[in-house]
Amino acid sequence: METENFITIRQFCSHYNIDLTFIHTLNDYGLIEITTVEEIPYIQKECIKDIEKMIRLHYDLEINMEGIDAISYLLQRVNSMQAELNMLKNRLSLYENE
Amino acid sequence: MPPPIKCDVFFPAKIFFGVVLLIKPAMEFIDYYKILGLNKNASAEDIKKSYRKLARKHHPDLNPNDDKAKKKFQQINEANEVLSDPEKRKKYDKYGKDWKHAEEFEKANQQQKKYDGFGEDGNANAFSGHEFSDFFESMFGGATGGRRSSQIKFRGQDMNATLHLDLKDVYKTHKRTLSVNGKNINLTIPAGVENGQTIKITGYGGEGMNNGPKGDLYISFSISNNTKFKREGNNLYTTVDLDLYTAVLGGEIITDTFDGKVKLHVKPGTQNETKVKLKGKGFPVYKKEGAFGDLYITYKIKIPENITEKEKELFRELSKMHKNGN
Repeated sequence: METENFITIRQFCSHYNIDLTFIHTLNDYGLIEITTVEEIPYIQKECIKDIEKMIRLHYDLEINMEGIDAISYLLQRVNSMQAELNMLKNRLSLYENE
Repeated sequence: MPPPIKCDVFFPAKIFFGVVLLIKPAMEFIDYYKILGLNKNASAEDIKKSYRKLARKHHPDLNPNDDKAKKKFQQINEANEVLSDPEKRKKYDKYGKDWKHAEEFEKANQQQKKYDGFGEDGNANAFSGHEFSDFFESMFGGATGGRRSSQIKFRGQDMNATLHLDLKDVYKTHKRTLSVNGKNINLTIPAGVENGQTIKITGYGGEGMNNGPKGDLYISFSISNNTKFKREGNNLYTTVDLDLYTAVLGGEIITDTFDGKVKLHVKPGTQNETKVKLKGKGFPVYKKEGAFGDLYITYKIKIPENITEKEKELFRELSKMHKNGN
């Protein structure tokens, strides 16, 4: 399996100066997905932005895993509602301008 | 090719037909205690508590696409940067309202620092590094970097800008050159972009922290429609006036579509509000070359006004014939 788009957890944690257990806990909560290739655990590079956000929530705002889990779910809902709102606004403007 | 649209992206920037509006308020005293909801006697623990509480409420990660929250968070961070650092707090308390004299304080303090060595940095976090008020910069000379953040590379802040376009502009794929912080970005705007849609331009956001990668630039499209066509998704809607005679007897009319004129065959006995669909004459489908939505035309039958006596006579005759079943 190609590992070009992956970064090892060890490398990631060393870069961000965080504990390995933090990443494993995120995985346990289903917030990220760890891929193991030849017994080396990796995360996908495209998840880095999300993990950075979770690092800030945890280390800067002292939000625990349960909080991060709830926030992630609510932010997903906010995003989908935002998209729906945008679509409805565009549709509404059709009738408002009549 | 039109000249580049200047876009020195501050957050948030608005691009109105190539003109960037940036309003910079005059520098004035900032009450950091008020921002954190504290009084001057607040303890270090009070400051920490209040900062945590407000940061959780206004953190940009928890308030996506909320400019007000972002601004508030920057203020909270700045207040915390000053009040949580005993040195800065002391300076602020002494010279805060009279910040223009802070330089003198600096000179006097520098002599002292020669003997003190370097103390620990403040506790700016990943979001606070680059965005301080003029008041802060004037007094403290910019961010000092945080304990954790000094060791970690973070990607730069994402930036948002709004590009105002006309519906006609997005009917065809076209190129625009935006000038962002002195760099020209050749942007291809695909036909069929929707109002409110956002595209990401990787690497054109804020500078990274501690040599981290740059953030991304998100451009939202605000599309105004000054045409007689209404757009819903890929379909277009319009109304066409039809004279009574063509509606009754049928015939051919020439009507506008978004990109030209077409000849339409009108069936005899066409009713008011009849809808016809012109397949493929709607709006281009986003990122699907050659694919178009449909154009829906609603006929509005116009009853003749100001008719002559002769015409009235003929209508009366028609009416009689109709009533008699002929």
